[in-house]
Amino acid sequence: MTTRLFGSGIRRREDPRLITGQASYTDDIKLAGLVHAAILRSPHGHARINSIDTSAAAAAPGVIAVYTGADTEGVLNPMPCAWVIPDSDVKAVAYPPIARDVVRYVGDAVAVVVAEDRYQAEDALELITVDYEPLPTVINPEAAMQEGAPQLHEDAPSNQAFHWVAAGGDTDDAFANADVVVRDTIIQQKLIPNPMEPRSAIATYVPAMGELTIWNTTQNPHIARFVTCLVTGIPEHKIRVIAPEVGGGFGAKIAVYAWDMVTAFCAMKLGRPVKWTETRSENFVSTTHGRDHVEYVEMAANSDGRVTGVRSVVYAGMGAYLSTAAPGIPTILHGLMYSGPYDIANIKADIYGVFTNSTPVEAYRGAGRPEATFLLERLMDLVAAEVGKDPVEVRRMNLIPKFENGHDVAIGLTYDSGDYEGVLNVALEHVNYDQLRHDQAHGREHGRLTGIGVSCYCEICGLGPSQVAGAVGFGGGLWESATVRFYATGKVNVFIGTSPHGQGEETTFAQIMSEELGVPVDDVEVIHGDTDTTPMGWGTYGSRTTVVGGGALALSARKIKDKAITLAAHLLEAAEADIEYEDGNFFVRGAPDNGKTIQEIALMANVAWNMPEGMEPGLEATTFYDPPNFSYPFGAHVAVVNVDPDNGHIVLERYVAVDDCGPQINPMIVEGQVHGGVVQGAGQALWEGAVYDDNGQLLTGSMLDYALPRAHLVPDIETLSTVTPSPHNPLGVKGIGETGTIASTVTIYNAVIDALRPLGVTRLEMPLTPERVWRAIQEAGGHHGHGHSHSHGHDHGHDHGHGH
Amino acid sequence: MYTPDFHYHKAGSVAEAIEMLGHHEDSRLLAGGHSLLPLMRLRLARPATLIDIGGLDELRGIRVHDGHIHIGALTTHGEIARSHDVQHANPLVAEVAGGIGDPQVRNRGTIGGNLAHADPASDWGTIITVMEGSVEVQGPSGSRSIDIADFFQGAFSTAVADDEIVTGIRVPTLVRQGHGHGHDHGHDHGHDHGHGAESISGEVGEYAKMSHPASFYPVIGGAVVINAEGGRCVSARVAVGGLVPTPRRAPSVEAALAGQELTAGNLEAAANQLASDLGDEIIGDIFASADYRRAIAPVEVKHAMLHAIGLAHH
Repeated sequence: MTTRLFGSGIRRREDPRLITGQASYTDDIKLAGLVHAAILRSPHGHARINSIDTSAAAAAPGVIAVYTGADTEGVLNPMPCAWVIPDSDVKAVAYPPIARDVVRYVGDAVAVVVAEDRYQAEDALELITVDYEPLPTVINPEAAMQEGAPQLHEDAPSNQAFHWVAAGGDTDDAFANADVVVRDTIIQQKLIPNPMEPRSAIATYVPAMGELTIWNTTQNPHIARFVTCLVTGIPEHKIRVIAPEVGGGFGAKIAVYAWDMVTAFCAMKLGRPVKWTETRSENFVSTTHGRDHVEYVEMAANSDGRVTGVRSVVYAGMGAYLSTAAPGIPTILHGLMYSGPYDIANIKADIYGVFTNSTPVEAYRGAGRPEATFLLERLMDLVAAEVGKDPVEVRRMNLIPKFENGHDVAIGLTYDSGDYEGVLNVALEHVNYDQLRHDQAHGREHGRLTGIGVSCYCEICGLGPSQVAGAVGFGGGLWESATVRFYATGKVNVFIGTSPHGQGEETTFAQIMSEELGVPVDDVEVIHGDTDTTPMGWGTYGSRTTVVGGGALALSARKIKDKAITLAAHLLEAAEADIEYEDGNFFVRGAPDNGKTIQEIALMANVAWNMPEGMEPGLEATTFYDPPNFSYPFGAHVAVVNVDPDNGHIVLERYVAVDDCGPQINPMIVEGQVHGGVVQGAGQALWEGAVYDDNGQLLTGSMLDYALPRAHLVPDIETLSTVTPSPHNPLGVKGIGETGTIASTVTIYNAVIDALRPLGVTRLEMPLTPERVWRAIQEAGGHHGHGHSHSHGHDHGHDHGHGH
Repeated sequence: MYTPDFHYHKAGSVAEAIEMLGHHEDSRLLAGGHSLLPLMRLRLARPATLIDIGGLDELRGIRVHDGHIHIGALTTHGEIARSHDVQHANPLVAEVAGGIGDPQVRNRGTIGGNLAHADPASDWGTIITVMEGSVEVQGPSGSRSIDIADFFQGAFSTAVADDEIVTGIRVPTLVRQGHGHGHDHGHDHGHDHGHGAESISGEVGEYAKMSHPASFYPVIGGAVVINAEGGRCVSARVAVGGLVPTPRRAPSVEAALAGQELTAGNLEAAANQLASDLGDEIIGDIFASADYRRAIAPVEVKHAMLHAIGLAHH
C-alpha cells in the first residue's frame, strides 16, 4: 500500500538542511585560487565623473586588479532590458555594467577591486579617488516628469521610460454618466526586498575551453545564462549558471545584475575564480527595489454602489535604469488587473514608467498586483462611504458571479475560474462580521478606535502562455519543462527548469510524483538550479512554478504511466486495454495481486531484458509545457486594528486570510506562503519604506532604519481556504506565493482608515507610522470623541519595561 | 560590512586594560561589541586598537548590599533580567533589562558598554537616571564614582576619561512596602491589577517606551518612581530618554505630582508639565520628528505612571 500524499501537509524536506546550517549558499562555496571582488559605489545620487584615480588602490596590499567602466567598455555589452512592451515607446537606455562618465543613483558601480581577500579589497576601495561633479537629483517619479526636472538620460526626454495605455469599454462615457465618482491619490512607496541572503556570484573561466561558470543567487538560472551570453559574448552553450541554495528572492533575484557580469569579467581577465558577495549595506542600494508608484485613481459608480468604471494615471518609478523585467510590472501585471474580482465594464490604465535617481525597481512579491488590488479596494471603500453602504455590501454587489470555465473581463483577459462571493462568505462567517461591526460601534462609544478592513482580490499569476509573453514583449518564453527519470532501483530523479528558492517545491513536486505514479515521496529527489543538469525553464517568479513547472511534471509522469502500461501488458502477457493502474500497481483487470509495481516496471525498463517490440529502454520522460492561460487565484481577507489616538500607534489585532488556489498539494506549505505574504504586505502598510533625501541619499539604508516586520508585531494569522480548480492546467492548481502580499497591504490600510474615520481622517501615506497617524488625527481636528484614551493603546508593540 | 584594519589586545585584568589604554593611541575598549563593532563594520568608527575586556570576570556579576545593587560593567542585560537578586531588590531594573532589544542583544550587550556608549535614548540611561544611580570608573589614578546626573555630557559623550574604564553601576533598591505592589509592575498583558491606587504605599517604579520598529531601540522612554503613602504621592522621580541629547529628569512633573492623590487625572496633569523640562533641543529623525516626540513624551510618562500605580487597564 503506497501512501498517497497529494493534499497532505507533510513537512518540507528542505527544512532540515536549512535550519541546521547544512545548506550551501553561493557565498559558502570556496574554490582553489579564489579571489574576492568589492565594488566601489557612487555616494552621489547623480554626478558627472570627471576622473578616477585607481593607482593607490592598485598598489595596495593584496590587490590583484582594479577595473573601471573604461576597462569593461567594449568587452561587456550594456545590461539588456528583457521586457520591452510593444507600442509604449520603451526607452532602453544604455545601462553599462560599470558607470561611464555619469553615475545616476547612490549605489551605481564606479570601479571594482579584486584582491586576495575581501578585507584587502574593501581597504583598497577607500584608496580610489573619484572626482565627482554633483548634479541635481530627482527621486519622486511624478516630479521627475515635470518640466525642469533633472534629466537622467539624454535619450529619455522628461525621464519618460515608457508610456503604456490599456483600456476596455469606454471610461469617458462611464465617468461622464456616473452618479458617483470617487478619487484618491495613492503613493505606493518604494520598498526594499531584503531577502535573507544578499546577492552573490562566483565566476570561473577556463580560457582553454572558453567556458564560463557562474554560481549565482538567482531565481532563474536559465535566464541568467541567456543574459550572460548577451552581455559577455560567450556562446550560451559555453556558459553554466548554477543557483545553489538561494536564501529568498521575492523578485529581487529575477534581474540579471551588472555586478554578476562584472564578476565574470574579472574572472575572464584574471583567469582565477572571483567571488563577489554584497554586504547588507550594499544590498540596500544595489539590489532592486519594488513598487514606487504615484497614482491618481478614480472609480465611477451608480448611486446604489454598482461600479461602472475604473481609471488611473500612474507614475511608476523605474529607478535609474531599466532592470531586466521592470517595464512589465506596472503595466501587464498591474494595469491589466483593474477588474480584480469585480464586474467592471469600463477600465483604463494610463501608466508612465519614469527614470529617477534611485536604485532600479523590479518585481517585488506581488509585482504590480498588490498595487492594483490596493487601488481597487481603496476605491471600493470610498464608493461605499459615498453611497452610504457597508463596504462589504458594495463589494458583494460588484463581484463577478461564480464561474468554472473562463470569464472574460473588459480589459481582455480571460479568468480561469472563480467563486469570489464564496470566499467572501467564508471570511465574513469566520469573523462574524456583524458582531465585529457591533463590537466596533460599542468600542467607539468608549473611545476605542477599532478598524475593520475587508478586501476581495483576484490576481494573475502562473505566468503564462508563451504566445502572450511574446505579444506583450517579454523577452523569452514562459513555458516550463520537467524530466522524470526512474532508475533500476525504482528511485526517481525529477529535473526541473524552474528554480525554487524557499517555496518548497522539492517537497510538493515529490508529492505530485507520488500522486501520479504511486511512488513514496522519499523515493523522489527534485533537482533544480543548474543549467547543465536541468532542462530548460524560465524560472521561479510570478507564482508560476507549481502551475507551469508542476504541470510539466504531471504530464511527464503521465507519459511514464503510459509507457509503464505498455510494458506491463507485455510482461503480463495481456492486452494494453486490459491493464489497470492503482496506487503504483499495474495489473490485469481483476488480478491486482499479480500485477507489476512501478518499481518492477522501472527495473525491467532499465535493464531492458524483455521489452516489447520497438520500445526504447529506460523509464524517462520529458515534457515541455506551455499553459493555455494564466492562473487567477482569489480570496477575501479581513484585518482588525486598534489605533491609540494619543500617539498614533497601530496594533494589528487580527488577520484572516481566505484564499483559493485550487487543489492544495501541501496545505502546510500553502499556509506558510500565505503567512509570509501577509506579513510582507503588512510590512508595506505599517513599517517599510525607502526614504531618500533631496540629494538621493537613502536614509533607510540599514536594518536600524528600514523596518522589516517582526514576529511579535504580527498576530496569529487565521488561514482558511476554498477549492476552485483551474480548468487550464493539468493539476488544476493556482499560484499562492504572492496572494498574501497582494491582499494584505490594502486590507490593513483600509482597517486603519476605518478606525480613524470617526475622527475625520480619510487618507494616509504608507507606511502608517505612529507619527503619520498622530499627525493625521491632529490635522483632522484633534482626537475628540474618545474620553478614556489611557485605557488602551499601551499593549502590543508598545513596551513597558520588559519585552513580550 | 568589513572593518578597517585594527590591532587587538586582550586584557588580563582591569589594571592591564587601563595600562593598555594609556599605552595605545586611539584605542577603544571592546566589551559586548554591540555598539562598537557595527560602527566599525560600517567604517564609521576606526579605532587603531581594540582592547578586549570581555574576559574580565572581575567586571561581571551582581551584588545587593546596603540598599544598593552593584552591577559589574560586563554584566549582560540578560543576566540582569534573570537575576533573582535584582528582581527582588529592584524589579524595575530587572524588567527594563528584559525589554532591551532582542534575546541576542540581551545575551551579548553589557550594561557598562551601553552606558559608556551614551545613546540619548538608551533604556539604561533613562532608568539609572530615574533611580539616581551612579557609575563607577577606574583609571590610572584609582577609582571614582560618577553620579548619573553628571555622567552624560551630551549625545554619545560621557564624563569617563580616555584612560578610564567603567567598572560597575550602583543602583538604589526600591523601598519595599507591605503588599508588595511595587515589585509587581502591572504591565504584563492580561495581568489583573486587582487593587486601586488607594492601597499603594512605598515605592513603585515603571518604564514605558515606544520602540523603533526596525532597531527595537527606544524612540522615547519615560521612567517614573513614585513614593506613595496611602494612595497619595509623597514624592516622585521622573526621567525621560530619547528627547534631548542626554537622559533628563523632569522636575516640573515631579513637583506637580508631589503631595497629590494618585488619580488618573492628577497623573495626566503632572505628565503634561513635561514640556517645561525639555527646552528647545529636542532631537528628531525620519521616524519620529522633534514635534512628535515633544507631543508624545507626556503620553509615555503618563502610561508609565498609570502602570506604576496599577491604574492602567487592558
